[in-house]
Amino acid sequence: MAFWDYANPTRFLRFVQAVLPWLTGLCLLFFAVGLYMSFFVAPEDYQQGDTVRIMYIHVPAAWLCMMCYSVMTLSSIGTLVWKHPLADVSAKSAAPIGAAFTFMALVTGALWGKPMWGTYWVWDARLTSVLVLFIMYLGLMTLWRTMEDPIKAGKAAAVLTLVGALNLPIIKFSVDWWNTLHQPASVMRFDGPTIHPDILWPLLVMAVAFTLMFFVLHLMAMRNEILRRRVRALRMRAASAAQPAPAGAAQPAE
Amino acid sequence: MTSWAMALFQRDLRLSVRVGGSALVGVLFFLAVVTVIPFGVGPDLNLLARIGPAILWIGALLATLLGLDRLFQADRDDGTLDLMLMAGRPLELVVLIKCLAHWTATGLPLVVAAPVLGIFLNLDPVSMAAVTATLLVGTPALTLIGAIGASLTVSLRRGGLLLAVLGVPLAIPVLIFGVSSADAAIRDPVPFLTPFLILCALSLIAAVIGPIASATALRFASD
Amino acid sequence: MFQDLSFTLSQGTALVVTGANGIGKSSLLRTLAGLVALAGGAIRFDGGEDDRPAHEHAHYFGHQDSVKPALSVLENLEFWQSFTAPTAATGFTGDLHKPMGALELLGIGHTAHLPAAYLSAGQKRRLSLSRLLVTARPIWLMDEPTSALDKNSEALLLSLMNGHLETGGLIVTATHTQLALAKVQTLHLKAAQPAEQALEEGFL
Repeated sequence: MAFWDYANPTRFLRFVQAVLPWLTGLCLLFFAVGLYMSFFVAPEDYQQGDTVRIMYIHVPAAWLCMMCYSVMTLSSIGTLVWKHPLADVSAKSAAPIGAAFTFMALVTGALWGKPMWGTYWVWDARLTSVLVLFIMYLGLMTLWRTMEDPIKAGKAAAVLTLVGALNLPIIKFSVDWWNTLHQPASVMRFDGPTIHPDILWPLLVMAVAFTLMFFVLHLMAMRNEILRRRVRALRMRAASAAQPAPAGAAQPAE
Repeated sequence: MTSWAMALFQRDLRLSVRVGGSALVGVLFFLAVVTVIPFGVGPDLNLLARIGPAILWIGALLATLLGLDRLFQADRDDGTLDLMLMAGRPLELVVLIKCLAHWTATGLPLVVAAPVLGIFLNLDPVSMAAVTATLLVGTPALTLIGAIGASLTVSLRRGGLLLAVLGVPLAIPVLIFGVSSADAAIRDPVPFLTPFLILCALSLIAAVIGPIASATALRFASD
Repeated sequence: MFQDLSFTLSQGTALVVTGANGIGKSSLLRTLAGLVALAGGAIRFDGGEDDRPAHEHAHYFGHQDSVKPALSVLENLEFWQSFTAPTAATGFTGDLHKPMGALELLGIGHTAHLPAAYLSAGQKRRLSLSRLLVTARPIWLMDEPTSALDKNSEALLLSLMNGHLETGGLIVTATHTQLALAKVQTLHLKAAQPAEQALEEGFL
């Protein structure tokens, strides 16, 4: 086996060990500032009152569920094209985090929707697209769980992730089309220049805080996944060492 | 079509219509789904006429996705898939032809059955024709998208449901434009051709992405 | 899976792979067949068609028969004949059979128009073997070729294999039974240290 395959996870773990405390600290700092700004500095909305503050959780979560999928897409290219052993670990660990942020975006969206629309759920184009994304995350996680061999599961999931990445714009486009057909005006609009700086700054700080949180969680999850695979390798070694004949260990892959 | 492609097409078609094949199960499932919906929403003919195209499309979507689990698995189980990988034929084309044969055996009957089931749903002739046309154009895309799920779950014992879970999000655009164009023909909020041509485009995209992704997944599944 | 494995096989020679159960004979054959990706190293086939990889010069005759019970025996064979691309190699003059001829040769000609579901295990095995006779490919990869075959069929198989060698073909076979082949090399696989197994995972 190539030295490259062997050394990389170890070097990576050392890197994680060094970087993680700093990253965590930075993330906490941004959260402290961001939460303070969004709760005490940012103004109330003249119509929505304090409920507008849900936005400071909702929008970063929605941003992250897209970013997380992009990370998975890049990792999948890493798995399929460069065959990098950590790429598949990265994609696998990102999926539950992405699903969690997507779930958070959905829940905060629904909570925000209740005072705005009078109901928890409307089939708004954004919410619907995010729901579809959530189903895709869950599908990917299921695919990983149903396959015994992590390498094989990683490749299958990588194919699906890439197909999903190609499809997401199409899904977004068709959901928008479907939505304009059925329900012309969307209530939520934060398009670019109309946002007041008092709202924009807390939002940006929170977005950075969430992004940092993603990287902290992702690195931790990757570390756990590597350790999990080491345990698996050790167990396989234990199984083959216990048996004098290598019959059990070297089962041909059929 | 070259002779090997023809041979593959014929073989797959024969396999699906002979004993142990699944050619007509899909239509029966389609019939069953369409039959239970009025029990769920009530026998209001106006309501049924309004949601009729959607019912037919959802029925076709489920029938297609759930019928695909054996597309590659049957060949994997008896070693045929290994030989296909070594046969020296482009695997993407092999997948495309297998999908084509599968669609001919299971998708085309759905299209043919759609007008008949339309009668149950109180569809007028125009919407019946529109739904049938959209199904004719759109069901190949469902088969090709489902093939991706089928190739990803090829090594799983019970891949059928997972296949549907993986396939449904990818199939949403097809469903949206299928139902939209059927609706457009009846109530024309937009011209019929606009969504219909997008539906055609989606089928063409699926004809490219589906075989490439499935072939990649099948290559990985062999080791 | 394997370490320090290397062999060269020249025209008209059979390689018999031996070793304990589960040592990886099947995996070796599947790797040669291109079904398992190489982790390192290379498989080369000289004198073949340049635009095709080595495994497309090979027939794989494995544990599974790849016989569809719903198709007739002849339909099964004719499909493989038209689907499998024949490949040539310099010095290989393998003689081809018509599908019917191949079935006759293997003693299942009378079943040609019956559904393959009616065949016995041995007959299915022979139908699967007939694939190798209707499309010319210089390499035969045979995993336990004698399983489910009776004495007579085994003798027939042996003569077919020798015939393939005589026409300049190559055979790689994993087998427990002694086969009286014309020109034989053997490759004995031995178990490595268990640690190698874990190392291969790349995470230790």
